[in-house]
Amino acid sequence: MTINLLLVAIGGFLGACARYGFSTWFNKRYPAILPRATLLINLSGSFLLGLLAGAAWGDAVYLLIGTGFMGAYTTFSTFNVENIQLVRNKEWKALLIYVAASYVLGLLLAYAGISVGMTMKG
Amino acid sequence: MNIIAVGLFGAAGALLRYLMGLWIHGWWPSPFPFGTLIINLLGCLMLGWFSTWAASLASLPSWLRLGFGTGFVGAFTTFSTFSVETVNLIHAELWGSALLYVMSSFIGGLVFAWAGYEIFQIQLRRKSKGVQPS
Repeated sequence: MTINLLLVAIGGFLGACARYGFSTWFNKRYPAILPRATLLINLSGSFLLGLLAGAAWGDAVYLLIGTGFMGAYTTFSTFNVENIQLVRNKEWKALLIYVAASYVLGLLLAYAGISVGMTMKG
Repeated sequence: MNIIAVGLFGAAGALLRYLMGLWIHGWWPSPFPFGTLIINLLGCLMLGWFSTWAASLASLPSWLRLGFGTGFVGAFTTFSTFSVETVNLIHAELWGSALLYVMSSFIGGLVFAWAGYEIFQIQLRRKSKGVQPS
């Protein structure tokens, strides 16, 4: 049990740092109304977690990279708070694109990740 | 400094998500991902409240603002697990559960993030009423 907690914590540390680092860099370089940094993070994370789930490389790998890293790298709370900010600023077009792209592409990429992962099964 | 705070708070958020997920699943075993749904909606409420509270408080140190908001709540909630769980429900042909999961995350996420923001606005109004001389 202790080793499982350690794996999730290490993965979570790195995943949160990767999200913070990437979004800080991206938002400075490509400022926009649409929160594209979070979108790219959530979409890439959905694909990669799907790949890990499909490949089934064992519990330790899944806890470290899946539950820990990908779980912390992607975020649902920031996504929704950004949606509320778009509502408050009446950015309806950006809101619609953000919500639709997150859910539709997120599910498609998770599906693609699982399919790719299953071909990589050890 | 800030990135270390985000990492440490993020590790705590990921651990809480893992333990809460195990606990909810043990208490309510079901193919429907109640664990992630409860975690994600709770996180939206927390971040909706925290981000408006933190924005009103200029004196809040940036490591704490980023640590708790971006690190802890950001890592506690997850989008990738939600996507993969939905595809798993579709693979298992649990179409009703998949639809219910997506709709409750979609609507619930917006409502809970908005509620967090509104709760802070109510607190702010009460506070400003309290300091007025009667």
